[in-house]
Amino acid sequence: MTDSKHRGPQGMGFDTLSLHAGQVPDPTTGARATPIYQSAAFVFPDSDVAAGLFNIERAGHVYSRLSNPTNAVLEERMAALDHGVGSVVTASGQAALHLAITTILSAGDHIVSSRSVYGGTHNLLEYTMSRFGISTTFVDPRDMAAFSDAIQPNTKLVFGEVLGNPGLEVLDIPALSELAHTHHLPLLIDATFVTPYLCQPIELGADLVVHSATKFLSGHGVVVGGVVVDGGTFDWQSSDKFPTLSEPYVGFHNLVFADEFGPAAFITRARKEGIRDFGACMAPMTAFQILQGLETLPLRMQKHVANAMEVAAYLEQHAMVESVSYPGLPSHPDYELAQKMLPKGCGAVFSFEIKGGREAGRAFIESLNVFSHLANVGDAKSLVIHPASTTHHRVDEESLLASGIGPGLVRLSVGLEDAKDLINDLKAGLRVVEKMHEQAAAQQAEKVS
Amino acid sequence: MIIQLDGKNVGFSNGSGHPAESAPAIFFVHGAGMDHSVWVMPARYFARHGYRVMALDLPGHGRSEGPALDSVDAMADWLARVIEISAAHAKEVTVVGHSMGSLVGMSLAARHPERIDRLVLLGTSAPMPVADVLLNAAQDNDHAAIDMANTWSHGQRSQLGASDNPGTSNLHMGERLLERVADDVYFKDFSACNGFTTKDYAPILAPTLVMTGDEDKMTPPRAGMAVAGMLKSSQVTHLRGCGHSMLSEQPNQVLDALSAFIRG
Repeated sequence: MTDSKHRGPQGMGFDTLSLHAGQVPDPTTGARATPIYQSAAFVFPDSDVAAGLFNIERAGHVYSRLSNPTNAVLEERMAALDHGVGSVVTASGQAALHLAITTILSAGDHIVSSRSVYGGTHNLLEYTMSRFGISTTFVDPRDMAAFSDAIQPNTKLVFGEVLGNPGLEVLDIPALSELAHTHHLPLLIDATFVTPYLCQPIELGADLVVHSATKFLSGHGVVVGGVVVDGGTFDWQSSDKFPTLSEPYVGFHNLVFADEFGPAAFITRARKEGIRDFGACMAPMTAFQILQGLETLPLRMQKHVANAMEVAAYLEQHAMVESVSYPGLPSHPDYELAQKMLPKGCGAVFSFEIKGGREAGRAFIESLNVFSHLANVGDAKSLVIHPASTTHHRVDEESLLASGIGPGLVRLSVGLEDAKDLINDLKAGLRVVEKMHEQAAAQQAEKVS
Repeated sequence: MIIQLDGKNVGFSNGSGHPAESAPAIFFVHGAGMDHSVWVMPARYFARHGYRVMALDLPGHGRSEGPALDSVDAMADWLARVIEISAAHAKEVTVVGHSMGSLVGMSLAARHPERIDRLVLLGTSAPMPVADVLLNAAQDNDHAAIDMANTWSHGQRSQLGASDNPGTSNLHMGERLLERVADDVYFKDFSACNGFTTKDYAPILAPTLVMTGDEDKMTPPRAGMAVAGMLKSSQVTHLRGCGHSMLSEQPNQVLDALSAFIRG
C-alpha cells in the first residue's frame, strides 16, 4: 500500500510501552518486575521440541547466546519503541553496529557513511572492517549529492548518526532514505544520542537502527550494551545485492531468510548467524538494568533536553565561549531541520569551543565539580570531556581541526541535576579560564612596559 | 520459491523441505493482505517431518503474480489448480487456511472435494462480513485500513507485547506485512470476504479442525464454533491468550494443534 501515514487506531502510547512492552507479570510467580533469567540454557521437554526450536519452527529459548527470556523483553520493548519488527541486543553498541553490518555485507562490499560519526565507529569502518574486505567512503552528512556520488556498484549500505559527532549535524533522514532507496540500498541509522523518545528513524524512512544502550537507554552509566532494530521495511529481494538474505544459506540448511521470514528476514539472520557465530551477546543482568532505565526514558529525556537547552543557552552568551554547537539553538546551521525532525528536542550531548585553546580546555575541565570528567555520554549525571587533552592528546592541532575538533572544544553530556547547579559549575570553570586570560594579558602588558 | 501456473509465477515457501514424491501434502493459505511468510513455523515443522509443504502466496500477494482474485471461489479454483500440478502423487492433501484463507479452504472443500482430505480453519467465520469503515479505508488505500485491521487483529497481550518469539514485535510484524501489499489488493481481499456466503458449503465432508482465539475480535470464537457446527466432521481447538493473528500470537499452541490433528 503506497499510503504510509497512520490514521487509524493507534496502539499503546510511548510512555506505556516504555514500562510494559515485551513483558507481562510472570505467569509462574506473579513477579511484576522482569525476572532475571540467569541461566545459560533451557530444558527441552522432548527431542522433537528441541529439534523444532533449533529449526525455527517453535518459539522459545535454547541457549542464552542465541536468546534469553530477560533479553527478549528488552528486545521486544526496543522493537516496540522504535517501530521495528524485532531487535537483537548485543554486548555493546559497537557489537550492534558490527552485527548490523556483517548480517548483510561480506568481503568486497562497500558502505557510504557520514563522516561525522563516533570515533569508535570511524575506527571500526575505516580500519577494522577494511581488514575483512569491507570498505567505507566517508562523506559530509549535510551533502546529499556526496552520498549519491560515493555509491559504487558494490555499495550495500548507507549509514549515518542522527546527530553527528562532534558538530551535532542533524542528518536529514527522510532525504537520505529516499536517496538510499533510489539506489536499492538500506539505510542504517545510529540513534544513540536521541533514543526513540526523541527520534524514531524507521518512521522517518530508515530501515535499520542501532543504539548504544550504554547511554540514555539505560541512562545511569552502569552497563555496556547495544541493540539492532530491524524496521522490516526493506525488500531484500528487490535486487541481487543481498545474497545473505535472498539466497540459500548453507550454514542453516539452505534456508532463504527473505523467502521464509518476509519482513523479519534481516533480524532472523542476525540472530541465527551473527549472534550465534560472533557471539557478542548481552548478559541477562545487563538487559534487566537497561529495562530499569527504559521505564523512565520519557521522563529522563524530557529533563535531559530541558537542562541541555538551559545550559547551551547560558554558554552561548558567555564571553569565554567562542561558539556552541547545539541544534536546539537558532545559531546552529541545522536548527530548522532539527525543529522538523526532532520536535521534542535535540538530546543532551553537545560541544562548545572555549577561548584559549588546549590549555584553557584542560584547566576548565579540571576545575569542574558537578560535571564528571570521563569518556561516556548519556548518564543521569552530567559528564564532560576535552578531546584535545584526552582522547586526542597525541593529535596535532591541524589534524584536530580536520576532524572538526578545535583545541578548545569541550563536549558535555548534560544530566538530570538542577540546571542552576550545572550552570554554576560551568560558570566557575569559565571563571578559571577568564583568570588565565587576565593573567596572560597582564604578563603581556608587563613585557610591553 | 516459484512455480508456474498458466504462465504466471506462483510464489510459495516449502519450509526448506525435501519431500518424497508421494509425501502427504499441506497447503497453507494466508489471510487478507498477508503472504506465505505468516506460516513459516508450521511450514518448517511439517517439512522437517517429511510433508510436501506449500505455504502459498495468493495471486497478487507476495511473489505470486496478480491480479488479485475477486472472490473466494476464484481463489479456491486457483488453489485446486495449484494442488493439481504440485501434489498429483501426494498420498493425502491437507489445506490449512487462516481468516480469508479459511474461506478459501471451505470453498475448495465444497467445490473440489476430490482435491482435499483434511481441512484446518484458523480464525474463521462464515459469513465473514467486513465493517464498512474498514472496507472503505481499504478502497481508498488509506493506511487507516492497516491500522484498524492490525490493531483489532491482536489480543490484549500482543498490544503490550510479550511475544513467544524472542525479540519480535507482533504488532509491527503485522503492520509491515500489510504494508507490502500493492494498492487495491487489500480492498479486493476484504470484498471477497464480504461477498462469501455459506449456502453451498453444507456438503463439506473432509474432517475439519477449527481453531478459535479467545480474544479474537475479527472472527470471535462463537463464529468459529458456528462454522464447526455447520460441518459434517469437525473438532475445535480454543487458543488461549490469542487474538486473530494466531500464527504470531500463539505459534506453539497452533503448532501443537496442527500436529495433533494432521500427524495424529
